[in-house]
Amino acid sequence: MAFKKHSVLPGFNLALGYTLLYLSIIVLLPLSALVLKSTGLTAEAFWHAVSEPRVVASYKVTFGASLIAATINLITGLLISWVLVRYSFPGKRFIDALVDLPFALPTAVAGIALATIYAPNGSIGQWFEPLGIKVAFSPIGIVLALTFITLPFVVRTVQPVLQDLEPELEEAASSLGATRLQIFWKVILPTLLPALLTGFALAFARAIGEYGSVIFIAGNMPYVSEITPLMIISKLEQYDYLGATAIAVVMLVVSFTLLLLINGLQWWSAKRMGRR
Amino acid sequence: MAGATNVHRSIVTTEAPWVRYTLTAIALLLIGLFLVVPLFTVFYEALKKGWALYFEAMIEPDALSAIKLTLIAAAISVPLNLVFGVAAAWAIAKFDFRGKSVLITLIDLPFAVSPVVAGLIYVLMFGAQGWWGPWLMDHDIKIIFAIPGIVLATVFVTFPFIARELIPLMEAQGSEEEQAAMTLGASGFQTFWRVTLPNIKWGLLYGVILANARAMGEFGAVSVVSGHIRGETNTLPLHVEILYNEYNFVGAFACASLLALLALVTLAAKSFVEWRAEQQEAAARRDAVE
Amino acid sequence: MSRLLAAVLAAFIAVPAFADVTLLNVSYDVMRDFYKDYNPAFAKYYDAKFKDKVTLQQSHGGSSKQARSVIDGLEADVVTMNQSTDIDAIVEKGKQINAGWEKRLPNEAAPFSSLQVLIVRKGNPKGIKDWNDLTKPGVQVIVPNPKTSGNGRYTYLAAWGYALKQAGGTDAKARQFVTDVFKNVPVLDAGGRGATTTFMQRQIGDVLVTFENEAEMIAREFGRGGFEVVYPSVSIDADLPVAVVDKVVDKKGTRKAAEEYLKYLWSPEGQEIAAQNYLRPRDPAVAAKYAKQFPNVKLFGVSDFGGLQKAQKVHFDDGGVYDQIAASIAKK
Repeated sequence: MAFKKHSVLPGFNLALGYTLLYLSIIVLLPLSALVLKSTGLTAEAFWHAVSEPRVVASYKVTFGASLIAATINLITGLLISWVLVRYSFPGKRFIDALVDLPFALPTAVAGIALATIYAPNGSIGQWFEPLGIKVAFSPIGIVLALTFITLPFVVRTVQPVLQDLEPELEEAASSLGATRLQIFWKVILPTLLPALLTGFALAFARAIGEYGSVIFIAGNMPYVSEITPLMIISKLEQYDYLGATAIAVVMLVVSFTLLLLINGLQWWSAKRMGRR
Repeated sequence: MAGATNVHRSIVTTEAPWVRYTLTAIALLLIGLFLVVPLFTVFYEALKKGWALYFEAMIEPDALSAIKLTLIAAAISVPLNLVFGVAAAWAIAKFDFRGKSVLITLIDLPFAVSPVVAGLIYVLMFGAQGWWGPWLMDHDIKIIFAIPGIVLATVFVTFPFIARELIPLMEAQGSEEEQAAMTLGASGFQTFWRVTLPNIKWGLLYGVILANARAMGEFGAVSVVSGHIRGETNTLPLHVEILYNEYNFVGAFACASLLALLALVTLAAKSFVEWRAEQQEAAARRDAVE
Repeated sequence: MSRLLAAVLAAFIAVPAFADVTLLNVSYDVMRDFYKDYNPAFAKYYDAKFKDKVTLQQSHGGSSKQARSVIDGLEADVVTMNQSTDIDAIVEKGKQINAGWEKRLPNEAAPFSSLQVLIVRKGNPKGIKDWNDLTKPGVQVIVPNPKTSGNGRYTYLAAWGYALKQAGGTDAKARQFVTDVFKNVPVLDAGGRGATTTFMQRQIGDVLVTFENEAEMIAREFGRGGFEVVYPSVSIDADLPVAVVDKVVDKKGTRKAAEEYLKYLWSPEGQEIAAQNYLRPRDPAVAAKYAKQFPNVKLFGVSDFGGLQKAQKVHFDDGGVYDQIAASIAKK
């Protein structure tokens, strides 16, 4: 890496050096161990391991459910952040704090609690049972768990942008005769777009890797409700280390791509917001 | 950061009351359904059979050792990531260099890596069949299926939290104050200690709180490297799963409620930190005006 | 890094210094209750015989997951599993156990056995009597996943063996029969314990297929009022094997204690504790004493499938018969 620094501040070499060292030990070295291990497979075997019908079905479940969960949160997240920023009501600070609960609550606890609530004899599940809708132990359960886990992302990315939004813009639009709905669609939403997309992508990235909360509620039926992390565990339990590694590498590549995308989005967002 | 400040808006930039009430009601309903009901369920199930059983589950030796191990893992991993977070934020926010965005993406990586994969990588490195397994075996050093492995997995999953909190904060603050201090003859360390640290302390605390919550609650990654030895290598979330699998639902939810309580304390602490930060900002603005 | 962490580890963990020997028994989920009773009995016996204190540590989880941990370096002195294939895997992949382990102890190194039974709701509303009732439309069957659970594998093999033993039974018919059973499965938990929770706590399904001793655990935890145990006409003999982990005991110098620990399982006391936990004992005297809690069921062994290792390869490995069955069910 070549550096160009233009600061009088000291400690760059020390800080960056330590950052890179620590990053290498904790993150890069273990992850490259993973990638290296997968080279123990021939290209053909690798492809075979990651394209087995059952594994492919698990990608569909994982990506499908994550996509739905992230989309649900796109809408609910916008709504919740809108209400939290623009309206006042009693207990607002408490609600605002509560939004972060899924970050703080261990995923296994969330999984057990959700399975208890949405089981056919659970406090909410019993109302769906007569309708013939199975929430827990079906793909709906996976979507539910992932929606819970990723709920804070969109709220927390949209909230600050919404807060910084200048009222002048809306006032101007209003004085030009735009209706409230028009202002929302034409003025507010475009400004929020980068933040919304960032939140969406973060939620999606988190959802595809989630394991702890999902296994308790998924039902784990082959081809129907098996998630990809479960396939890794399942391979491990058959002592198929290479197969597990191959799937893990696929997930790793997807995660990394998503993160690059998110950082690109944030850069775009920063540019649009006129910072820098 | 959250904004709970009261907003006063002119009539043209807000909605009709019925729209406001409907949207608020829907938002509250969603939060109630998604967040409050699960939280309530944990405590309800834990206390269903009375306080006596609840406390019995908590003071059981295996539960106590699980609590102890959870605290140890957090006590080691959070400070490690704290030092890293400050160093990384200093390098990234105060200096310009090529490859910065790649570095930021790499720091974020543990956040997006599946916990299962996070556990797997340590098995591949330190497991008996892994890279260094045989060497470690010969030298009688235990990493996985012992505390070091659990700590490593915890460090990995909480890796980005503090750095990610500090980088945007320090970027926004710029480095004028530090530069001024330096020209006035302060040493680098003094500058950091007296100027930078007070500026970032709330953000730092916020990151620590989040990292700590995640460290104590991690399940997937730790599960892969723990070995599940009762009273030895079970953390509290693993203990919850074990009790659940023993059909000891009261015990499982009792321990889960402890973790939920921790989550609530975390949220309260976070709110407090935000409130203090806002107050200080407001005070600073007032000072600036005067 | 590792040294630092090791030092921290040493500082924090109170090593039970009073104990002369510490044994780690890595076991599967359902054995928890048995070893809770057995360990103190053994410690007492060992102390009396050798004037030596022994501390016993337990680790429980899914059988294959536990075997994998041992392969990856979990320092178990003894392993007590629910399938010989899990111990064979340690022999092959980890080489911590020497080949021929099953010959070192009596009864192919399985001190007790269990069998698959059918657990139905109180009053047996669906009238389930035997394996063929599981294929009826409208009957929901709760079974753990045969890919990840020994319990599930035994159920699969028991159903297969039952179909094969019917008049005119062929492999093709057995395969169709097993397919029909799994068609009725609404939830596939990763392990036997998860399946029981689904059946008892979530009240999903009409019949749960699990080990006989697990039925007793359900009675203890959930009460005896909620379910009935149905013994099918034939079932599979599930031998529950044990082995000393050679590499670990030789390194730690715990071989004597570990071998004693396993041998004592065959003693009258060990067999009695097993019977009390509804594991079928080998000792004829103990078996006679507890005969009334173990109804006579016609049993066939895994040898009908050419041994568990062969069954694993044919049925449960990736791309095996079970995968094909699961795929054919999913397509419908």
